Amino acid sequence: MLIKKPNDIPSSEITDESIFRNRRAFLRQLSTAAGIGAIGSVLPACVSAEPAPQAAGKPGPYDVVDEPKTPEKDVTTYNNYYEFGTGKDDPALHAGKFKTSPWTVQVDGVKKPAKYALDDLLKGITMEDRVYRMRCVEAWSMVIPWYGFPLATLINRLEPNPSAKFVEFRSIYAPDQMPGQRNPLTGLDWPYIEGLRMDEAMNPLTLFAVGVYGHKGPNQNGAPLRLVTPWKYGFKGIKAITSIRFVEQMPKSSWQLAYSAAYGFYANVNPNVNHPSWSQATERRLGGSGSSLLGGLLSGANPTRKTLMFNGYADQVASMYTGMDLRKNY
Amino acid sequence: MPVPIKVLKPLVFLLCLVPLAALIWAIVYHPETFSADPYADITDRTGDWTLRFVLITLAMTPLRQISGWNGAVRFRRMLGLFAFFYGFVHFLSYVWFTVFFDVQKITDDVLKRPFITVGFTAFVLMIPLAITSTKKWISRLGGKRWQSLHKAIYITGILGVIHYIWRVKSDIQNPLIYAILLTLLLGYRLWHKFRTVSVVR
Repeated sequence: MLIKKPNDIPSSEITDESIFRNRRAFLRQLSTAAGIGAIGSVLPACVSAEPAPQAAGKPGPYDVVDEPKTPEKDVTTYNNYYEFGTGKDDPALHAGKFKTSPWTVQVDGVKKPAKYALDDLLKGITMEDRVYRMRCVEAWSMVIPWYGFPLATLINRLEPNPSAKFVEFRSIYAPDQMPGQRNPLTGLDWPYIEGLRMDEAMNPLTLFAVGVYGHKGPNQNGAPLRLVTPWKYGFKGIKAITSIRFVEQMPKSSWQLAYSAAYGFYANVNPNVNHPSWSQATERRLGGSGSSLLGGLLSGANPTRKTLMFNGYADQVASMYTGMDLRKNY
Repeated sequence: MPVPIKVLKPLVFLLCLVPLAALIWAIVYHPETFSADPYADITDRTGDWTLRFVLITLAMTPLRQISGWNGAVRFRRMLGLFAFFYGFVHFLSYVWFTVFFDVQKITDDVLKRPFITVGFTAFVLMIPLAITSTKKWISRLGGKRWQSLHKAIYITGILGVIHYIWRVKSDIQNPLIYAILLTLLLGYRLWHKFRTVSVVR
């Protein structure tokens, strides 16, 4: 059992949490002092999206508490976001000027299909912090404190058609702002498309995140709106979402279209089903190793760890897949 | 040439060690220059240099034929041995950082995953070339047999590029550059061979 009770939280975690909360408070003061706070009246959702301050050091039922968080610097500089380039540092280098406001989201297959302003869509929704493992299909992993809200909250509000079996997400198509979308050699078609089965979308683990480490953004992590499904490989986490459609047919995801032998619709983390080019049985947990690289090498410690079924979230999600052959439905 | 080969050789030798020295320097003094996954960086970087040295080695014969400078060939052995050396460090980093010396996992990878199969084969093919790189072995095998054996470096180059193409998830930009350079170097040989044949006629 990996998700431990709140009393298992090490003191180091509590300190960490308070540090990043204090920083946000500090930034808020700073922005007010600089007169940026006035913008808040123009964008009401910015205000309503402010977190209801959670008691420091009190993790929620789904938070990872027994593994150190990946430092913010690593979370925000090592990204797969091909719209901004295929290098891990490309998103951090090129997403800075990406325009995330104003932002609209086209919603279809619901009671009131329309193009919604993101601010209206999120009005009144309380943001929270969720510390999740993130397992990339490339066999590395992080522990990331996402800042967002359960997708189910939004879906309930949107009232999808009762016939809907899947939800399809589309990223923004903005080649003028996204160099990767202008590059014909990335091997992906744009816009990026992802999808979930309705029960997966409604699972309490599934998030829409607006940021990391207790604040909105940064852009390279998927702002202003991205999907987080911690029991699935990272590529499932579609970023910069501009379209949500509730549909009856299973959507085809971008990676599925690019290389279906390696990437399936479900993309559940599974140490027993390997990528054609590498094993998924183990992973390297990233974070902070850069500073102690020599020490790590000299110690002779194993830099890999075993990958867990459903990335350690089997208790929450395994029941959704009972009776399914996960070797075929990868 | 104004600079004698005897002087040039140790200089080139030191130059070939620069990528390794830079890597060690970064590990010891500037670990912050690595990405969040420094182990992947080390594996990638040594892989890059292996391919580069294979290509540089393959460039020596065309360089001699085009420039008329016979000295170029005198560097071929050393450069080829450096290709093997960086290939070994690359293989070691995979064994250490990816599978952590697990023989079962290595066997699985080599047998089941074409990406590893071709990379491993490219490396293993360099072993007999490294062993028989001495003058003694040339005379033991005879010049002709030795030469045909050492054509295996062409296969190492081709498999190395395929290995790189299969390593990336979808972005083939960088492997494509290596593929083009390799095609030029091997294509030149073909062209040269046929041209020579027709001239002889």
